[in-house]
Amino acid sequence: MKHLYTWSAILIVVFFSVVGDILIARAMKKVGDVHELWDRWGLWAVVGRVLSRPSFFLGVAAMAVAFFSLLFALSWGDVSLVAPAAASLTFIGNAFAAKIFLHEKVDRRRWIAAVLVAAGVALLAG
Amino acid sequence: MTFRKYLVLAGVTVFAAAGDSMLSHGMKQTGSVSLHHLQGVILALLNPWVASGILLLLAFFASYMNALSWADLTYVLPATSLGYVLLALVAKFALHEQISLLRWLGIVLISGGVGFVAGGEALTSHVHHSSPPFAKGAKDGPAEAEVASAVSSGSER
Repeated sequence: MKHLYTWSAILIVVFFSVVGDILIARAMKKVGDVHELWDRWGLWAVVGRVLSRPSFFLGVAAMAVAFFSLLFALSWGDVSLVAPAAASLTFIGNAFAAKIFLHEKVDRRRWIAAVLVAAGVALLAG
Repeated sequence: MTFRKYLVLAGVTVFAAAGDSMLSHGMKQTGSVSLHHLQGVILALLNPWVASGILLLLAFFASYMNALSWADLTYVLPATSLGYVLLALVAKFALHEQISLLRWLGIVLISGGVGFVAGGEALTSHVHHSSPPFAKGAKDGPAEAEVASAVSSGSER
């Protein structure tokens, strides 16, 4: 039963992290290259364009939910399982979600990178 | 990739690693947070380690958003995962903690992953900006043309 709770908590954290990352990435792609914007229009133009994207706020909200569910999960779950499992599953989940929702070209090079990093994070944090 | 962009990626890496470790150091001093003791959250925020950790994480978030404005999510995430390696090396050389063989293997895997993604393109996704001069032609073209136009317009700017 304890395992079920722990893994549900991990999946909730992973889900909201991925949703947050995807929404923020989407918002920033719509904003466009901030270096170019900044050079041409200044810092406030960048801030204004970011704040005019609803997906930015939704993304921040999703990340906040992910952050607090991780805090709660860590406070009663097994830290050596929750932290690495959540971090490494988020890498894999993001690779899938970026391909589907952001239409990024996740080629073999990127899959290998995502899997290597996910495995490495699991080993390091475990 | 310009020097400025490498600096942003380095910022994402370093701010995340430093912010996380300060936050975790502070949280160990304040104790665990639970639903029944929500006032513990406010106490935790007053801890200087927690407060500076949060400031650093805000800096991380700003550089993370900066990076996502010109690079793919599946590029930024692996490219900045060296922060985990950084944390392990700080633990080894500053805090004199032992690093097990499995952890060294983790470091090798992450570095390998970073090397893999860094060799490829930073931007492959195509998003229709509010008024891009190239979007109209690229929309009708095949997928490769879309990607190529997105990439080349990125480097021209």
